[in-house]
Amino acid sequence: MAVEVRIPTILRTYTGGAKTVDGSGGTLAEVIDSVESSNPGIKSRLLEGEDLRRFINVYVNDEDVRFLSGLDTTVTDGDVVVVLPAVAGGQTAR
Amino acid sequence: MLRIGREVYDEIVAHARRDHPDEACGIVAGAAGGDEPTRFVPMTNAERSPTFFRFDATEQLKVWRELDDRDEVPVVIYHSHTATAAYPSRTDIGLAAEPDAHYVLVSTAECGNGAGPVEFRSFRIVDGIVTEEEIDIHQ
Repeated sequence: MAVEVRIPTILRTYTGGAKTVDGSGGTLAEVIDSVESSNPGIKSRLLEGEDLRRFINVYVNDEDVRFLSGLDTTVTDGDVVVVLPAVAGGQTAR
Repeated sequence: MLRIGREVYDEIVAHARRDHPDEACGIVAGAAGGDEPTRFVPMTNAERSPTFFRFDATEQLKVWRELDDRDEVPVVIYHSHTATAAYPSRTDIGLAAEPDAHYVLVSTAECGNGAGPVEFRSFRIVDGIVTEEEIDIHQ
């Protein structure tokens, strides 16, 4: 099943500059694996171990996957996955 | 060099004073391909914290979509430090993900919510390297 994955500027070095790439799979985790197979290296920028990186936001059809099922979120044909690095910081480390 | 209009400058400073002692954050959008911050967009600090900020993720998606629709980019990404200097912290540097943006920091350590002096500085943050830049405020 084909889904569109939108890539933020800072990760386009992994996609040859492309703003969107095609992915496939029944869950977000599978889509990320399919994107990794054609754009090696990108997965490690999205995941840390078995989880999404804390400061990477991923949305499926405009819903933050943290409010869905995270990497287990179901994805179907025609869905749109958006990746956005969080804008965050602050005066002390945490 | 950051060139910024007086009105936009004043809006950033007013937001920082208003939210003190929590960190304030937001962007100033401008036309893609230009370097002129024109549209002030204050954002919700989802952390509501005096030591940390994070754009609310749902609001960020909405605002980023508007940028795309308007062919704009976040020319300025600003936030305040409420107890320390207006200089990027290690956290700020590690999380900076927009190499084309001007990172503006405002310190309200001296003025708090009041009308006293603020520190207003601008930086580029690329691959972990911080470079301060001059600021030209115009009418």
